[in-house]
Amino acid sequence: MDSSDPAPSGEPDDRPTVPVQRSDQDAYLRVTDLRVRFDTEDGVVRAVDGVSFAVERGRTLGIVGESGSGKSVTSLAILGLHDAKRTTITGEISVGGRQLVGLADEEVRRLRGRDMAMIFQDPLSALHPYYTVGRQIAEAYRVHHPEASRREARQRTVDMLDRVGIPQPARRFDQYPHEFSGGMRQRAMIAMALVNDPALLIADEPTTALDVTVQAQILDLLADLQAEFHSAIILITHDLGVVGQVADEVLVMYGGRAVERGSVEQVLRTPQHPYTWGLLSSVPSLHGDADADLLPIRGNPPSLINLPPGCAFHPRCRYADRPGDRSRTEVPELRPAGPTGEAGSAGHLVACHLTAEERATLYAEDIASVGVAR
Amino acid sequence: MTDQPLLRVRGLTKHFPVRQGLRSTGLVQAVDGLDFDVQPGETLGLVGESGCGKTTTGRMLVRLLEPTAGSIEFAGRDITHAGRRELRPLRQDLQIIFQDPYASLNPRHTVGRIVAMPLQVNGIKPPGGIKARVQELLELVGLNPEHYNRYPHEFSGGQRQRIGIARALALRPKLIVADEPVSALDVSIQAQVVNLLRDLQRDLGLAFVFIAHDLAVVRHFCQRVAVMYLGRIVEIGDRADIYERPQHPYTRALLSAIPDVTRLGPGGRIRLSGDVPTPLDPPSGCRFRTRCWKAQDICATQEPALVPRDGGNQATACHFPEAVGASLLAEGAPAGDAAGAIVEEVSP
Repeated sequence: MDSSDPAPSGEPDDRPTVPVQRSDQDAYLRVTDLRVRFDTEDGVVRAVDGVSFAVERGRTLGIVGESGSGKSVTSLAILGLHDAKRTTITGEISVGGRQLVGLADEEVRRLRGRDMAMIFQDPLSALHPYYTVGRQIAEAYRVHHPEASRREARQRTVDMLDRVGIPQPARRFDQYPHEFSGGMRQRAMIAMALVNDPALLIADEPTTALDVTVQAQILDLLADLQAEFHSAIILITHDLGVVGQVADEVLVMYGGRAVERGSVEQVLRTPQHPYTWGLLSSVPSLHGDADADLLPIRGNPPSLINLPPGCAFHPRCRYADRPGDRSRTEVPELRPAGPTGEAGSAGHLVACHLTAEERATLYAEDIASVGVAR
Repeated sequence: MTDQPLLRVRGLTKHFPVRQGLRSTGLVQAVDGLDFDVQPGETLGLVGESGCGKTTTGRMLVRLLEPTAGSIEFAGRDITHAGRRELRPLRQDLQIIFQDPYASLNPRHTVGRIVAMPLQVNGIKPPGGIKARVQELLELVGLNPEHYNRYPHEFSGGQRQRIGIARALALRPKLIVADEPVSALDVSIQAQVVNLLRDLQRDLGLAFVFIAHDLAVVRHFCQRVAVMYLGRIVEIGDRADIYERPQHPYTRALLSAIPDVTRLGPGGRIRLSGDVPTPLDPPSGCRFRTRCWKAQDICATQEPALVPRDGGNQATACHFPEAVGASLLAEGAPAGDAAGAIVEEVSP
């Protein structure tokens, strides 16, 4: 393992770096120091660069980031859906105690769809236009249940369509994707993902293509199904509002790295990383002063081929030019955010060179005054 | 109210014929009888879900689509069916910004040429030359004027949207129709562009018709808001009225469905069942009635008119509007209180 990474073990006792939480040990999904690299003509893309997290059954982890932050690549790597020829993956991905990195494609395929499943952003391109919706879901079932008869698979599919709130499921079984509305298609996708009762569900921007009233229905449905099937859910999204509504824990990614991690209350109520501050203060809210200017993050998200040295966020950070700042030269480690032992900050991690005291002061002065984050 | 609105829209309607082979088999009633005004320097938001007709409306306003019925008056002139030649002088005053900053810029033209195009097409020779004017425009929208000779692919999404804005501003328009100008951008970039549009609106006194599905963005940009559903305006009013005292059930449902980062957890929400019905065969009477928890018999038989309540600026098309003064989301109200006020479970 790389000596510079925030590894869970082998740290000297006097250093407060404990990125992997105690509960991580028995979590259903455990990702440790995941690194994903693509070789391209333009150079090596470090899409994911040393990310660790864990999700227990019955819990939801929200992964937040902008385009190019590595959030989708992380999920594809977990499911083994990357292009194996061009991709190098190191680190550990443990699903239900089974190590996935280095596992043969055939083995991963056996797990995929049965133990872990994915819901994509665009159900129209994820469903095959040529086959009926029911046939596609039934096929997903029979792949992992070869003993099931056609009739059993059909019955199971109709039950699932009914469970995800599709009216007249038996009739809908024989319809094609184009005959479904956007919301109904996303429901069908969820039915397909859940048909084998997977313990881990990865939803990549599941509601981004939907209208808000339909989004509310789908988020409610996911929460209901999670309560029923007790699955671990990873919800990948750019929408902090969605995260606040459904996630238990939040991981904020930037330039392929984790910059902040904690419970949803910690990250959204007492955000610690200047990037998280920026995300929160640039989102227009339905509350607060409508005439106040938004406080955007300056500049643009970085290119993963040519990541800025040190803290990848430093060119956009408002606090990177302070005297003695190391963010241009040194990658900050993910470490506990609060002063050691402070109540309420347990498990809250941040990768920033600013001290906890500095962050508290800056946040109070600059961000809270805008009145957006709260 | 001033004497003459900059834009006056009455009964604006667009029906698209649906053909199977040579036969016309139906009409998509995309927009059906819109009435609204935009005053000089005013920002009107058109909000609604997909299929509500907001984009079709925007395209009719700049006459990229021919209205089926109704009238559009711009600065006192009827432009509803104006031909290309009649429109040409008006095009200077009436511009559009598109949603997709990738598809709306010609990849083979330099930025300088893209922004100069409206000047050249209209035969305008600004004092100091076209190049100077283009560079001034680039600077105005926060781009480096030195990048005059670069191509669109050399710019990020947010910068491309700025190029589109510079092009729209080239002719010093009076009204800009902005169709989802920030929805394709990352959140941090979205805020940059919203701030830019606000500054330009203030500094140049531009009027905007701002089309968006994101009600929070509209709240930060628009003075007045029209909520559309299935081709009709269901509620229109000043920003504070729409966001704090919505009277139409759909407006309330729409507002409560937005996940807000200031509220954690599922919270109390109005849960609308089902999808928006097809505009091919919209419900009789009130078009929202199939998803409305207040619907009665009258809603199926009688179409509610968009009428102002108590002589105010807020008009609502509903047989059972919320009482005036019933506050939904008081500004700065604690999350718990506001959420408690809107918990209404709707049985499917």
